[in-house]
Amino acid sequence: MIVALRIEELCLARGERRLLAGFSLALEAGEAIALTGPNGAGKTTLLRSVAGLIRPLCGAIRFDGGEGRLDADDARRFGCHLLGHQDGLKSGRSAGEELDFQVRWTGGTTDAAQGAAERLGLTRLLGLPVRALSAGQRRRLALARLAASHRPLWLLDEPLAPLDAAHRILVGELMSEHLGRGGLILAAVHDPLPILAREVGLAGAP
Amino acid sequence: MIGVLLKRELALAWGRGGGAALAVGFLACASVMLPLSLGPEPARLARVASGVAWVVLALASLLSLERMFERDFEDGALDLLCLGPLPLEVVATVKCLAQWVVVGAPLALATPIAAIALGAKPQAAPLLTLAAALGGLAFAFVGGAGAALALASRRGGLLIALIVLPLLTPPVIFGGAAVESFQIGLPWLAPLLMLGAYALAAAALTPFAMAAACRNALS
Repeated sequence: MIVALRIEELCLARGERRLLAGFSLALEAGEAIALTGPNGAGKTTLLRSVAGLIRPLCGAIRFDGGEGRLDADDARRFGCHLLGHQDGLKSGRSAGEELDFQVRWTGGTTDAAQGAAERLGLTRLLGLPVRALSAGQRRRLALARLAASHRPLWLLDEPLAPLDAAHRILVGELMSEHLGRGGLILAAVHDPLPILAREVGLAGAP
Repeated sequence: MIGVLLKRELALAWGRGGGAALAVGFLACASVMLPLSLGPEPARLARVASGVAWVVLALASLLSLERMFERDFEDGALDLLCLGPLPLEVVATVKCLAQWVVVGAPLALATPIAAIALGAKPQAAPLLTLAAALGGLAFAFVGGAGAALALASRRGGLLIALIVLPLLTPPVIFGGAAVESFQIGLPWLAPLLMLGAYALAAAALTPFAMAAACRNALS
């Protein structure tokens, strides 16, 4: 169980371009951070490096549990949700099949997947192929995975972008519940999050 | 957890580029074309039947490799697979096994039919099926390694063929030798065992290469 995320003196680059240098951040259980900054500032790269998909040039990313430091690999494999622009939903399969796989793969159950689908107003859509869903419905399907399988650290990349106003409020409720259970949220955003969040700005490349 | 993943991979392999139907169809077309180019004399065809069946089998196995990792890479599912409970090496193994079940097994059943139609001895059918199944295992794992290495490159399919075909040569040699020896009454066990050894070595070693290639493509 992750109770804190610590990023220390992190340097990140994409190709030849240096994005972050000496970046530090601490996130505690029950807390949300909104990462802001212009396009290309490195928000997505930072989230992906926390998820372990991109190796930093220097610095450290640490996950603390209740009794000291966690193994980073274990923390990511069992305690971390990443929601990016690409949601990994296969367009040819049905929404129900894909949600069930994603939830069970990340440690949830079929019942929890059904419950989350109901909560996000997706029950009616589960029989449709993913390609028939709108951008907003697709995003809700991806968010249902987060709601259904409990993992403490949520790494969100523009989570609200395609959602309408009513569903933004609903997702805000899901986020508050997650924080209430001791969850952590690190979100890259352009619009403000519908919950209380500390804002951390990335300056962007000079 | 492996079951959850295997179920998905089987469904995806089945839907990928026509799955089994395309590979078996290719095998059938290629073995029908051979008599057209070589001429219809049965004696000449019978001599090359099992060898040709092996080459066609290797080519048919290449068909749906391109999408093995590429689809997951493009739509973000590879990120999700990285953040799951099983190491990426196990994920890669499950993908290759699914490929083997969906493409390799139907091909293993179709290969003896093609070979016999060309004039191979019907008694060779069980051995040919076994050898094609072992060969298919090697093709799936070596092919998976090629598919993972070609990730994030344009025109990956061509690159996969170039990477994979040289590595498919040993199973073609051993498999062809086993069937040929059986037909002319020579000992055939040794080449079959070599084929099995190659398939098992591929299954044991390539998952590490696939996982490393996937991580590299993501970062």
